[in-house]
Order: sequence, then C-alpha cells, then structure tokens
Amino acid sequence: MTDIAIEVERLTKSFDQRVVVRDLTLKVPKGAIFGFLGPNGSGKTTTIRMLCGLLTPDSGTGTCLGYDILTESELIKRQVGYMTQRFSLYEDLSIRENLEFVSRIYGVPNPVQAARAAIERLGLEGRSEQLAGELSGGWKQRLALGACILPQPRLLLLDEPTAGVDPKARRDFWDEIHHLAAEGITVLVSTHYMDEAERCHEIGYIAYGRLLVHGTVEDVIKESGLSTWNVSGANLAALTEKLNTTAGVDMVAPFGTSLHVSGRNGKQLEKSIFALKRSDKSHHWTRSEPSLEDVFIHLMSEADDNFAVENRDERA
Amino acid sequence: MSAPDTFQAAPRRDPGFWRRLWAMVLKEIIQMRRDRMTFAMMLAIPVLQLVLFGYAINTDPKDLPTAVLARDQGPLTRSLVAAVRNTGYFDIEYQVRSPAEMDALISSGKVLFGIEIPADFERNVRRGEQPFVLVIADASDPTATGGAISALQGIIPQALTRELRGPSAMNDQSAFRLRIHRRYNPEGETQLNIVPGLLGVILTMTMMLFTALAVTREIERGTMENLLSMPIKPVEIMLGKILPFVAVGFIQMAIILLAARFLFGVPIEGSLMLLVALTTLFAGANLAVGYTFSTIARNQLQAVQMTFMFFLPNILLSGFMFPFAGMPGWAQAIGEVLPLTHFLRIARGIMLKGNGVTDMEIDVIALVVFMLAAMGLALIRFRTTLD
Repeated sequence: MTDIAIEVERLTKSFDQRVVVRDLTLKVPKGAIFGFLGPNGSGKTTTIRMLCGLLTPDSGTGTCLGYDILTESELIKRQVGYMTQRFSLYEDLSIRENLEFVSRIYGVPNPVQAARAAIERLGLEGRSEQLAGELSGGWKQRLALGACILPQPRLLLLDEPTAGVDPKARRDFWDEIHHLAAEGITVLVSTHYMDEAERCHEIGYIAYGRLLVHGTVEDVIKESGLSTWNVSGANLAALTEKLNTTAGVDMVAPFGTSLHVSGRNGKQLEKSIFALKRSDKSHHWTRSEPSLEDVFIHLMSEADDNFAVENRDERA
Repeated sequence: MSAPDTFQAAPRRDPGFWRRLWAMVLKEIIQMRRDRMTFAMMLAIPVLQLVLFGYAINTDPKDLPTAVLARDQGPLTRSLVAAVRNTGYFDIEYQVRSPAEMDALISSGKVLFGIEIPADFERNVRRGEQPFVLVIADASDPTATGGAISALQGIIPQALTRELRGPSAMNDQSAFRLRIHRRYNPEGETQLNIVPGLLGVILTMTMMLFTALAVTREIERGTMENLLSMPIKPVEIMLGKILPFVAVGFIQMAIILLAARFLFGVPIEGSLMLLVALTTLFAGANLAVGYTFSTIARNQLQAVQMTFMFFLPNILLSGFMFPFAGMPGWAQAIGEVLPLTHFLRIARGIMLKGNGVTDMEIDVIALVVFMLAAMGLALIRFRTTLD
C-alpha cells in the first residue's frame, strides 16, 4: 500500500442541477492532519460524505485507504470514523449504551470492556448512565469523537467538530487530534477557525465547490502572492476609507489597533504606500507577512468574482 | 460465523451479520423501553381495544323482549314459561294469540324472541310424543341473541322437574324438544367470531404503527447519517428494527389470548402452539409492511398516515366488520391481498374449528409471501446513501 490515505480526482456532485462540488482533486498523506476550510455551503460536508460513501459522486474517481470510493464503501466504512456536523449519536441512549452500540456494530472484540475504556479515556466516569441528549455541547462533541475513535479507525473524517465549543475544550480536542495523528491515524477536519487551520499539517481551501489552494500553511501563504503591510496610528477609520480606493490595495482588515493592508501586486502596493507615507506622517507602516486569514479572505473575494463570471457563462 | 477475511489490507475482520444484528436489536429495545409513552401504548392498546370492542360488541344482554304464544294453558306450560323467565334472558312482554301477531312483533323489532307452545302440549308430553316448542329468534345481531339461545337449552329439565310426575318423567330430557328458528342470520355467528378477529386487528394496528416510525424517526433525528456511515447493512437494520417488536407482538398476543379465554370464554379448539406460531408470522408480516412504509415516507407524520390508509381496508374488507362471503366480488378481491383476511381465517379456524395447518395452507403461504414481498420492497426502497 502507498502512504496516501485519500486520493480523489475530479469529484463532482450536484443536487437539483446545482453544482455543489466541482472537479475536486485532493491528496492526503497517511498520518497527516488535513484542514478543510471554506465558507458555509462551499461543499465541505458534501466532499466528506462522498469520501465515506454517504453520497455517490456524479463523476470523478478516488480511493480512501486504498479502497475505491465508488465500489468499496463497505470496506471504507469499517475503517473510517465519521463525526457528523450535527450530533448524531442516540440522544435517548446513555453514554455507555451509545459506545457499546458502536463497539458492537464495528465488531470490537469485547464491547462492554471497550466502552468502559472509552468512558475512562473521555473522563466521563460516573456519568456513563447519563443520556447523551442531556450532555452539554462540549461533552457531546467529546463523546462523538470518542465514539469515532473507539473502533480504532485508520482515517477520521471530522465535519466542523469544534463549532460552538469553548476554547479550552477546543484546545483539548486538538491535543487529542495530534495525539491520534502521532499514532498514524489520518485526520481530515473541516473548520472555520483560522487558529485551527494553523494547527494542521496541510490545509485545503474550498469555495463554491472548488478546491482553490492545497498545501502546508506556509505554502498556501507563499502561493497566494499576497504582500501585506501593517499600519498603526491615529484615525484608522479614515485611513481605511482612503485605502479602499488606493491603487494596488486589494484588502484592508482591522487587527486590534492596526490595519492589515494587502495586495496581489506587491510593487504597486509598495508605490502607493510610499506615496501615502510621504503625504501623511501620522501613521507607522511596517512590512509584514500575510496571515492565513488575509489569504483566505482574499481567496474568497476572488472566488466570488470567478463564480459570478462562471454563472454568467452558464446562463449564456 | 463471520466470513473469512479475504482483504489483506483490512486489519479488522467483518464482525458478522449476527453481531451487528444483535447490536441493532439491543439498541432498539433500549430505545423502546425509554420511550415510555410508546411503551405504555403497546400494552394499553390491546387491553383498551379488547375491553372496548370486546364488551361493546360482546355484551351478553339480559331481559330481551319476548312474546309468548301459548296454545295450551296447562300447568306444564306455566312451568315452562316460568323456567324461561328464570334464565334472566327473557322479558315476556307480550302474550299473543296468533302466529301472525307474533311475526309482526318480531319483524317490527318490538321483540327479539317469540316462543310458541303448541296446542295439547301437556297431553302430548305425557303421552311421550315429544312435541316441539318453537322458538323464533331475531338473529340479525347474533351477539344479542346468542347467549339467550344457549340458555334455553337448560330450561327443559327445569320446567319438568316439579310439574311432571309419573312414568313419562323417567324420560324427562326428551319429554319435549325445542325447535329454534334463527331469523335474518341463519348462521348465527356469535361473539366467538369477534375475539379472534380482534387478535388480528390489534396486531395489525400496533405492529404496523411501530415499525412505520422506525426509519423516519432516525432520519428526523439526524441519527441516520451516523448509522449509514457505520458498517451495517440494510437487511441488518431492517431485522434489527423488526425483531424487538415481534417480542412486543408476543406480549400482546398473550394478553389477548388470556382475555379471550377468561373474559370472553373463547375456546382454543386447535393447537395453541400452531396459533402462536402463525400469529407470530402475521405480526412479522405487519411489521414488514410498517417498515416498508417507513422507507417510503418522508417523515413520521406521512408514515402514520400511510399506516391508517392501509389499516382501513384491513378492517373493512377482511371479514372482521362484515362477513367476507357477503361482500361483492371486487371487495373480496381486495380482501384477498390483505394479511388480516388470511389471519382471520387462520385464527378463527384454529380457535373455533380446531383446524390444523393443512386446513389453512393457502392462508399460511399468503402470509409468508406477503411478508417476504414487503421486506423485499423495503430493502429496495431503503437508501444506503443520503443522495
């Protein structure tokens, strides 16, 4: 077997003639934590569902853990843990009963023992008879992850696992993910959070069903070709107004007491900023690296334009 | 039990059909137990329906209006009338003088019984000529008259004991005879028919309803996505959802049969084992239908509506409400494809006639075919993806 966990080519899926995922090509190495980013409705969940056999792609091919996603989803399901976006364990079953159910379905040798061990690992001793539906959001998420990893899958597909979870719980969650990856489990996790994206080995950004970039965080930032300046000083609101109409400036984003000013054309941006510096001495300008967020917001606005063009083409 | 592992790359063997099925069955039982409302319904429905249907239809009414045409006025006649009155079933409201008068009372519904004591009754009894006493019963509602008719059988010795002395008393059981004319419903179907039918009706309603919610509930609660992402096959999900309710069907069956025996006095002439086995088959057929609805319906409400759409012809055209033989051809044709029709024949056959399985081969085969067809359709309809 190769050391590729997920390899898909030109996956396309549409619902009612609306293309949700378009020509998606993706490769995730074994043992990697792959962050799947993109705005709401960009096709993240659809892609994940295609990977684990819950949706059939309209076209395209691919393998998951070496098994064909079109014909061998039975085998894929046995070795993949899928954590749905919405809590989907049985709310009217207790924590223990849910975990025992999962153990039995996956054929874990001693289901009762396995569930008890999982409860200990989750730190839920003493609450094992509590109904899953009575747990708070953070605990539900932990239980769902616990149920996912109980059958010892080789690939985890986590769909926005930390949505609505407090920072401490998120931190714990990511510690666990890294721990699992160190054991050789491949993790594909979709998220909206930039700090989480930066915790991934590799990231991919999807918008309007297209995978726009794909690589390590450094690669993605470098490939964006974005130049960024940091500016601080008085009356930044007025400066923002001004910058928005300045040549070479593609994006202005406030960050605390400073602004991030970015543009694709580095030279043009530099020229404009030098001109500004000369005319207005009240601001302090420094060259900086674009953050992942700068890159993504930039990608999103670009994709917006592309999508608009595409739609016009399709209508014509 | 599990297939040999042919996939080298797979570190884990297939856990096997039985283990996954067991997981599913356990889960369903826990959920069933926890859903107290539904659980209570499972037990309450048979009891409630039995009591309502059973007693409403099955009352054993007393003091039924009766007309007597006495063409003989001797002490034996008086003794006979007194014995009739003593049964408690007959309220002699009219003493009539002619058969025409009696017929008019019966056809107008003013009386349910007419008793005609022939002329020279006492003399003929003493001569040992065994005269007939004619009893005309309005049997259009057999349940209303059934109890009274059976009570009549006991009055002969009672009427004779005090009044008849002498040599002919030796032969008192056949001193005179009753000739019973059931008018309007010569078969005289009694309440015995209804309780076996109720067994079928209650099982149809509850079994179908419970599985009809099985799949739609998982979809509505969002748990289906998780279930489908796990290595479980549609047939395992289906059987896992059906089997726990077979157990519920058993409990309901026990309640109904006990009530049939001790509340309503319905006999079980044939084999109890056979009845239990075939009732289980019938419960399985209905569970399969409900599950099929569950795979077709988009939500729980639709599933319930479909259940009732199916329940109605079952009640009306199976022979439960109206005698099957009396229905027009098209209605009988529809009735033949309903599981309840065949079950009614089976249940009545075993309980009342003491039938064995060879007497009901066609009905048993019909139930099996029906169940397998419903399960097959459910498996075809069941979507293993969210497409």
